[in-house]
Amino acid sequence: MPLLSIDDLRVVLGGQTILEGIDLKLECGEIVTLVGPNGSGKSTLLRTIIGALTPAGGRLVRRPGLTIGYVPQRLAIDPTLPMTVTRFLNLPRRRSREAVQQALAQAGVPELGSQQLLSLSGGQRQRVLLARALLEKPDLLLLDEATQGLDHRGTADFYRQIERVRRETGCAILMVSHELHVVMRTSDRVICLDRHVCCQGTPERVLASPAYQALFGPDTADALAFYRHEHLREKDAASPALAQVGAAHSLGVSA
Amino acid sequence: MLDDFMLRAALAGIGVALAAAPLGCFVVWRRMAYFGDATAHAAILGVALSLLLSTSIFAGVLVVSLLMAILVSLLSGRDYAMDTLLGVMAHSALAFGLVAVSFVSGVRIDLMAYLFGDILAVGKGDLVLIAGGALLVMALVGWRWSSLLTATLDADLARANGIHPGREQLVLTLSLAVVVAVALKVVGVLLIAALLIIPAAAARPFCRTPEAMVLVAAVIGAASTSGGLQAAYWLDTPTGPTIVSLAALVFVLCSLVDLGRRRFARMSSSDISS
Repeated sequence: MPLLSIDDLRVVLGGQTILEGIDLKLECGEIVTLVGPNGSGKSTLLRTIIGALTPAGGRLVRRPGLTIGYVPQRLAIDPTLPMTVTRFLNLPRRRSREAVQQALAQAGVPELGSQQLLSLSGGQRQRVLLARALLEKPDLLLLDEATQGLDHRGTADFYRQIERVRRETGCAILMVSHELHVVMRTSDRVICLDRHVCCQGTPERVLASPAYQALFGPDTADALAFYRHEHLREKDAASPALAQVGAAHSLGVSA
Repeated sequence: MLDDFMLRAALAGIGVALAAAPLGCFVVWRRMAYFGDATAHAAILGVALSLLLSTSIFAGVLVVSLLMAILVSLLSGRDYAMDTLLGVMAHSALAFGLVAVSFVSGVRIDLMAYLFGDILAVGKGDLVLIAGGALLVMALVGWRWSSLLTATLDADLARANGIHPGREQLVLTLSLAVVVAVALKVVGVLLIAALLIIPAAAARPFCRTPEAMVLVAAVIGAASTSGGLQAAYWLDTPTGPTIVSLAALVFVLCSLVDLGRRRFARMSSSDISS
């Protein structure tokens, strides 16, 4: 049984249909990236999965006993609220000191426990949010543009951490990202969203698909070049198959 | 022992301050400062209605404050921003209350006593109500503490943990209504919000965790009410406003200490670097 299966999901917010005809299955241990322009419903989909929004139609089935760790886009904490990182990780349930320390280490910030949340940099705060999500021992980790506001290096570090987390815990990851070229190597599958699923498949296939390029415009060519470049350098040899990635792969285009 | 009116007044003030501390912190953290005003002003409407219907003032105030709390919770997150909504409701409730009071014929009611409180007139019955209300609120907030804090940090984080932010907000607003109703006698309608916010704001610079902030706010609140009571006795000033003035002075003092501490920290760090 998949961790999560979504059939023909429809979400309406304020009288406006935000998502329609969404089908999605998530299996154990896979990393799936949601891409799409602003307002395409990426965050809405994540918020529906965590139960913050109620679908107007369709089915959303979580595997019984599924635990979800959620990392929001950002944590807007009021400056009047004093909160140490450790106290934050103990919300809403108390955790053992060891568990908290382990989660912080897993998120790559073992030294932050006694700091105030307010004094953290953007990158540190995202990692603390990741640590909190990991404390749930999640089967599924949801990341909503978790690297927003981080520089290139911070972003790359963050995704490396995510890959490490998957290796260590075996959890599935569903993440929203704008920076497709950065997450490409991390993702097993990419879903391109624009209120409906435009196309999905392996990162190369989505990048090459006309639906994706129509959504993201000419910049995608750069992303593709960047990706190929990185990819080729990694493999240390050009494979003829990769050179033809740009050739049309007709994908599950539902529109 | 409770025959001394000053002792009764001091106990009443401390009781209200203890209940107001955790709620005041949440009001500050969640930027709901106007909420205290809205519920408190609704209390005047409650006073008028209970005089018209000749029921107990406490019951009238409690019912109207609770209705206000529920109404605000229902309307929040709709078409208007929270501050606009609360501004509309706070001032309308006050206006309607004052109009309703004018319909109460016969008895000339002492409106000042409700606007500014009359802590020296606290009787044994009032004391029981205040103690009961304070205990109820502290138990409620203590029970929901972790969920309330999580929902205050981030609504979606809370939902991902299976917490219903709307329900937590309702717990908070209902508790506020209870505190307003029991505090009416102590500081009056116009100054209840001050007793919620000022001690919490004064406590902020010295705390590293939310729990510490509640404790410090409770101490500042209790000290301000008992100190203000004494000061009002010596200076022959109205007690409610004296209590709030003292709390305000504590706030200024705390801010100055914080400012000085930061300056000092900066100076000593530049000493090291130079």
